[in-house]
Amino acid sequence: MSVPCKRITYAQLRSHFHDGMSILFGGFMGIGTPDGIVRELLASGVKDLTLIGNDTAMVDTGVGILVANHRVKKVIASHIGTNPETGRQMIAKELDVDLVPQGTLAERIRCGGAGLGGVLTQTGVGTIVEEGKKKITLNGVNYLIETALRADLAILKAHRADAKGNLVYQRAARNFNPVVAMAADYVVAEVDELVPAGEIDPELVMTPGVLVDALILAEEK
Amino acid sequence: MDAKNLIAWRVAQEMQDGAVVNLGIGLPTLIPNYLPADISITLQSENGFLGLGPVSGEALPGLVNAGGQPCGMVPGGAFFDSAMSFAIIRGGHVDVTVLGGLQVDQEGNLANWMVPGKMVPGMGGAMDLVSGARTVIVAMEHSTRDGGAKILKRCNLPLTAAGKVTAIVTELALFRFIKGVLTLTETAPGVTVETVRARTEAAFAVSPDCKEMQSPALPQK
Repeated sequence: MSVPCKRITYAQLRSHFHDGMSILFGGFMGIGTPDGIVRELLASGVKDLTLIGNDTAMVDTGVGILVANHRVKKVIASHIGTNPETGRQMIAKELDVDLVPQGTLAERIRCGGAGLGGVLTQTGVGTIVEEGKKKITLNGVNYLIETALRADLAILKAHRADAKGNLVYQRAARNFNPVVAMAADYVVAEVDELVPAGEIDPELVMTPGVLVDALILAEEK
Repeated sequence: MDAKNLIAWRVAQEMQDGAVVNLGIGLPTLIPNYLPADISITLQSENGFLGLGPVSGEALPGLVNAGGQPCGMVPGGAFFDSAMSFAIIRGGHVDVTVLGGLQVDQEGNLANWMVPGKMVPGMGGAMDLVSGARTVIVAMEHSTRDGGAKILKRCNLPLTAAGKVTAIVTELALFRFIKGVLTLTETAPGVTVETVRARTEAAFAVSPDCKEMQSPALPQK
């Protein structure tokens, strides 16, 4: 088997890290978050990160580790309640937190990757979520205009990849991964298994390889 | 039967065969224990699948519920990403959502995601669920821990959604919004309308058909 063309090492990924960068991450309570890449971010010392994803997991799981180690200046997420450090830093004004309804977050990221400027949603109408946002009424229904989100880097966890970067996820670890795969300038997936091109049935590909810039084989735990 | 189980039991009797249902974490997860024998529902888990069930045998990697806890999947389930999950939710493909509440008011407003200055976990998927599900049932204890009213004239906590609640089930009462009017339709076994009134701040109508809830664990009258 030839070396898959998109495969890189954790060390090679470091050239894509810089202070102040924005990172889209897959995962829901850490399930579906690439733990090896998170550890590499931590070890690299990169800081002032903007993290965009569903939640900040726990202090010792998923991207929660980056928050707990003060590497993050801003979080855009739907839920931070399971990581008390996120809430503490927010209240202490060490961390800027933008809370976004989960479906709106998914759709804003999808827009960012799909060439759309934003989306109209009823979610948040009549709540503090609508503050500062444009509203529009269509056919008698009120909507908020929610704008697209993108980032410098997207970090994904997939179960299986082929050399071209076609991805298959595992069960509920899919969650935000296929969405964030579309919306960053550089997209890297940490995978449990790497196979030659052609070994994943094209009918079963969940994220087309064209969206994926690099693959890292997960470290054995 | 304690308050939580009584509430879960009563909500379970609301379910129609074949319904697609999203259950919030906490009390609502007790509901499947009390489904009538001839009623089968499909549970949607907002982290990305349909067919949520109890863990059977060994927990499978990546198979977790929206609280991040290991769960199972019933035959015929399906996994999908977060954008699809919330398209299903917002698009009216979820028949019923059941979730807890901090406050509900007589206008059908629900507040359940933050207490400013104290608890700011984030809304997660709640705003999308309450905005998009066809039926929104709030399942909560009738009063706060120190005995204060939770069913109010007007919520004073930040709203989850405006005017979307269909029914409220507590250990004292079942209320429905009938033509926009908060209406008491059932009282819990041994509870009088006067007791409900004394512990409810909201103005409500009493249905001419108001009756006492039946309960499997309490003597039938």
